[in-house]
Amino acid sequence: MSEKQILTVENIRTTFSVHKRTLEAVRGVDIHVDEGEFFAVVGESGSGKSVLMKSIMGILPDNAKVTADKMEFAGKDLMSLSSEERRRLRGQEIAMIFQDPMTALNPVKKIGAHLTEVIRRYRKVSKAEAYRLAVEALAKVGIPSPESRMEQYPHEFSGGMRQRVMIAMALSCSPKLLIADEPTTALDVTIQAQILELLKELQERENMSVVLITHDLGVVASTCSRIAVMYCGMIMENGLAREIFYHPQHPYTRALLRAVPKPVTGEKERLEAIPGAAPSLLALPQGCPFQDRCQFACAKCKGELPPVHRYSDTQSARCVFTGEELDRLAKEKKGGNA
Amino acid sequence: MAEKGSVILQADGLKKYFTVRNFLGTSKKYIKAVDGVTLEIRKGEAFGLVGESGCGKSTLGRTLIRMYEPTDGKIIFDGEDITHLKKKALLPYHKRMQIIFQDPYSALDPHQNVREIMDEPLRMNSSMSKKDRDDRIRELLGKVGLSDDALDKYAYEFSGGQRQRIGIARALSVNPDFIMCDEPISALDVSIQAQVVNMLEDLQAEFALTYLFVSHDLSMVRHISNRIGVMYLGSIVEIADNDELYDHPLHPYTQALLSAIPIADPDRAQASKRQIIQGDLPSPLAIPSGCRFHTRCPHATERCRTECPALKKVGEGHQVACHLV
Amino acid sequence: MQMEKKTKKNRQRRMENVIVALKNDKLSIFAIVWLIVLIVIALIAPLLPLDPITTDTTSMLKGISSAHWCGTDELGRDYFARLIYGGRVSLMVGVLAMLASASIGILVGTVAGYCGGIVDSILMRIVDVLHSIPWLILVTVVSLFLKRGIQSIIIVIGLFTWMGTARLTRAETLSIKEREYIQYAKFMGVPMWRIILFHVIPSAFPTIIIVATTSIADAIMTESALSFLGLGIVQPDTSWGSLLQRAQTYLQRSIHMAVLPGILIILTVFSFNKLGNLLRIYVEPRISEGDSE
Repeated sequence: MSEKQILTVENIRTTFSVHKRTLEAVRGVDIHVDEGEFFAVVGESGSGKSVLMKSIMGILPDNAKVTADKMEFAGKDLMSLSSEERRRLRGQEIAMIFQDPMTALNPVKKIGAHLTEVIRRYRKVSKAEAYRLAVEALAKVGIPSPESRMEQYPHEFSGGMRQRVMIAMALSCSPKLLIADEPTTALDVTIQAQILELLKELQERENMSVVLITHDLGVVASTCSRIAVMYCGMIMENGLAREIFYHPQHPYTRALLRAVPKPVTGEKERLEAIPGAAPSLLALPQGCPFQDRCQFACAKCKGELPPVHRYSDTQSARCVFTGEELDRLAKEKKGGNA
Repeated sequence: MAEKGSVILQADGLKKYFTVRNFLGTSKKYIKAVDGVTLEIRKGEAFGLVGESGCGKSTLGRTLIRMYEPTDGKIIFDGEDITHLKKKALLPYHKRMQIIFQDPYSALDPHQNVREIMDEPLRMNSSMSKKDRDDRIRELLGKVGLSDDALDKYAYEFSGGQRQRIGIARALSVNPDFIMCDEPISALDVSIQAQVVNMLEDLQAEFALTYLFVSHDLSMVRHISNRIGVMYLGSIVEIADNDELYDHPLHPYTQALLSAIPIADPDRAQASKRQIIQGDLPSPLAIPSGCRFHTRCPHATERCRTECPALKKVGEGHQVACHLV
Repeated sequence: MQMEKKTKKNRQRRMENVIVALKNDKLSIFAIVWLIVLIVIALIAPLLPLDPITTDTTSMLKGISSAHWCGTDELGRDYFARLIYGGRVSLMVGVLAMLASASIGILVGTVAGYCGGIVDSILMRIVDVLHSIPWLILVTVVSLFLKRGIQSIIIVIGLFTWMGTARLTRAETLSIKEREYIQYAKFMGVPMWRIILFHVIPSAFPTIIIVATTSIADAIMTESALSFLGLGIVQPDTSWGSLLQRAQTYLQRSIHMAVLPGILIILTVFSFNKLGNLLRIYVEPRISEGDSE
C-alpha cells in the first residue's frame, strides 16, 4: 500500500439554497484517501457524509454550491475541470454505488444491457467484446452462471445480486476509486457479509481505493483501515480503525461506541444513549454542533468552532478538550455523583 | 391473570398463507409466510424473534396478536383460544395485545395531531370521560419523555425517535399485557436506538409487560431479550435462552447468522471465523423440500433433502430443528 | 377554550403554507382574484342593470361598441349581459354537478377499495357497466323522465360522470388501506365508516381535489354538449357552453361571439385548477417547503 494520496480535499463546503434559506450540509472538511486503502466515513442521518462524497463527485442538484481550497484526484485539480471532463472522470476513474440498487437499475432493461452500455460508453470496444467484458465482470463479482444472467431483468435478481451487479457496473472500467454509499444497509446480515467480503477481495485484487459511507460501526470495524467520524457537516474525529475503536478521543465517537450493544460478550449493561437529537441543519448552533448533547459541554464550546487536536500522524479530533482531559472530567463527575 | 413465568401466549402449529393469483386469476399459489410454528412466550419476558427478510417473523408476530387471521393452527392467549374469534369478540384481546411498528412515518396518521392519535384507541376501547382520557394521554406522553405541547402538533413535526415514542405511548394507553415490537428501532439512527431500547426496558419493568421483539439486528436482540427464536422461511429453526443461543448455536443457519454479525471491534472482527453462507434465500413461493435450509447448508445430507426436521428439545430450554444435531 | 386554541393554531400554519405558495406563483394570485370577481358578479348580477333577454332585431350581430360592450348576438341581445348570466349558469352547473359527481364517486371508490372482496367486485362491475353504456343514450333516456332545466342537468351530469372519480379513489384507497395507521385503527376497533371518513379520505385528498377541480371543467363542457342536443338549458336562459355552441354558425361574421365565452371558459377552468392546487397545499399537513436533506 503506497503512501501516495489519490484523493485530497481541503476545506470543502457545500450549501444548498432551499426556499431562500441556506442549508450548510458540509462545513469545512479535510479528507484524503491513499492509494489502495479502505477508508470509511461514518455518521448518522444529517451528518453530511453522503453529500460530502457527492460534492467531490460533482453530482449534486442545481441548488447546491460547493467550494474548496483544494480538490485533487490522481493529480488532477477537480475544480478546474469542465463538466464534460468531470463526467468522464466519473465513469472511468471514480465510481459510486448506492444503497438501493433497485432504483439505480432500469426495470425494463436487461442486466446485460446495463453492463454493455456502461462499458461501451467509456471504452472503444465492439459489441461482442463489450459482451465478453460484461460476462467477465459478472463472474468477477461472484454471480453464478453469468451468461444466463445477462438476459435477465433486475426484478429477477435478489437484493444482494443486484448490489453485485451495481458493483460490476462500477468496476467495469477499472476505476481508481470506488465510493460505496451505504451499500449494505438495505441488505440482510448474511448477504451484507457476502458483499463486504466481495468488496474487500476486489479492493485487494484491483488495488482500488474504496470509500465506504455508513452509519454501522460494525461494518466499518471488519473492513476499513481508516475512519472519519462526521456530525452535522463536520469531521469530529479521524484516525486508524484501531485508534478510533480502542482510543477514541472525541466525546461523540466515545458516546457512539457506548450506544451500540457490546458484541458477543454477553455484557448486559444498560446502553448509554446519547440524549436529545441532532440539530436541524437549518438552525445550527454557534460553536461545536455537538454541544447540546455532550456531557462535557462548557462555555468554550458555544463560541467558535473547537480547534483540531492532533494525537498522532493519523489521529485527530475536533474538541476543546483533549481525550485525557475528558477522562479526567469523567472521573470527577463520577466522584461527584458518588 | 397469568403469573410471571407462566405462559401468556402460545402458538400451536400456526400457519399463515397468503394467496397469490396470476394475472388472469386462473392459477393460485401460496406464499407460506408462516408454516407451522409452535412456540410459547412467558409472562414478563422479552422474546426475541430473529431472521432475515422474508422469514415471516413480522407475519408471525402480527398473526399472534390476531391482526391477521391464521390459516391453520391455534393461538392461545392467557389460557383462552383466540384463533377463530371474530371482530367484536377480539376487541377485549386487542386491548391486552398491542403493537409498535417499525416505520415511525407510516404508523401515525399524518392528518391527525398527537391528541387525536392517542385519543382514538382510548375512546374506542374504554368508557373514560373526555377529561380522564385527556389526563391519561398527558400522563403517557410524560412517561415517554414528551411534554404537553406535543399534543397539538402533527406527526411530521417530530423526529423519527420522537414519533416512535408517540407510538409507544399509544400502545400503552390501553394497559396491555403484551406488546409486539415489530422492528421498532430499525428505522432510527444509532444514537437514538439506544434511547428507545432503554425506554422499552424501563417500561417493561414499570408496567410488567411481555414483549415479542422482532428484529433483524442480532446485537440489539441479544441485548434486550431473555429468550430468542430464529426463523427461516416461515418456520422456527432454533429456540434458546439468550446466552445459550449466542454461545452454543446448534443450527447451521443460526451459526452462519451469528457469524455474519458485524462486530464493532477490529481485532475481534479479524479473528472471528466468518461462515459466509453462499447463495440466496429461496422464493417463499417455492419452499425447498425437506429441510428448508438444505439448499444453502454446508452439511446437507440426503435425509435433509427429503425429510423436514421437527423442532426437538436438546437441552434446558433449547430446541433445534435439524437432523444433524 | 383549548379546542379553539388548537384549531386556530393549525389553521394559521396551513394558511402560512398557502401564502408561501401564492407568493411563489403569481398566476395563482390571478386565479384567486378571477374566481372572486366571477363569483361576486354572478351573485349580484340580478342587481345590475343588465338585460340578457330583450331581443332587438335592428342591431343583430353587431360588434363591440359603447352601447353594447361585447356586441350583440343573432337576435340582437346584449352579449355582455348574456355572458354574465351565462356565467352564473355555467358556474352553478359546474360546481354543483361536480359536487354531486364527486360525492358519489368518492363514496363508491372508498367503500369498494376498503372493503375489497365481493363488495368491491359488485361496485366495480356497476362502474364498468355504466361507463360502457354510450353516454348519449343514457342521458337521452334519463332526460325523458326529467324536466328540462338547470336542475336536471346537474342531476344528469352528477349521475353519469362519477365513474372516473370512483376508479381513481378506489386506486388510492387500495394503497392507503395498507398503511400502518389504518391497520392499527382497524385493529383497535374503529368502525369502518370512521376509518373511511377520517383516515382514508383525508389521505386521499390530494387526488380527490385534483379530480374534483378537473371535473368542474368537464361539467361545464358537458353542459354545453347537452344544451346543443336540446337537452340542456332552455332559451332564453343561457350558459357559456351554449353561447359557444350557438356562436359556431356565426363565426365568420361575428367572431366575438365565440371568442368571448371561450376565453371565459379557459380562464375559469384554469383558475379552478389553480384553486385545486392551493386547496391541496392547505390540506396537506406538511410544510410545503421540503428540506433537501
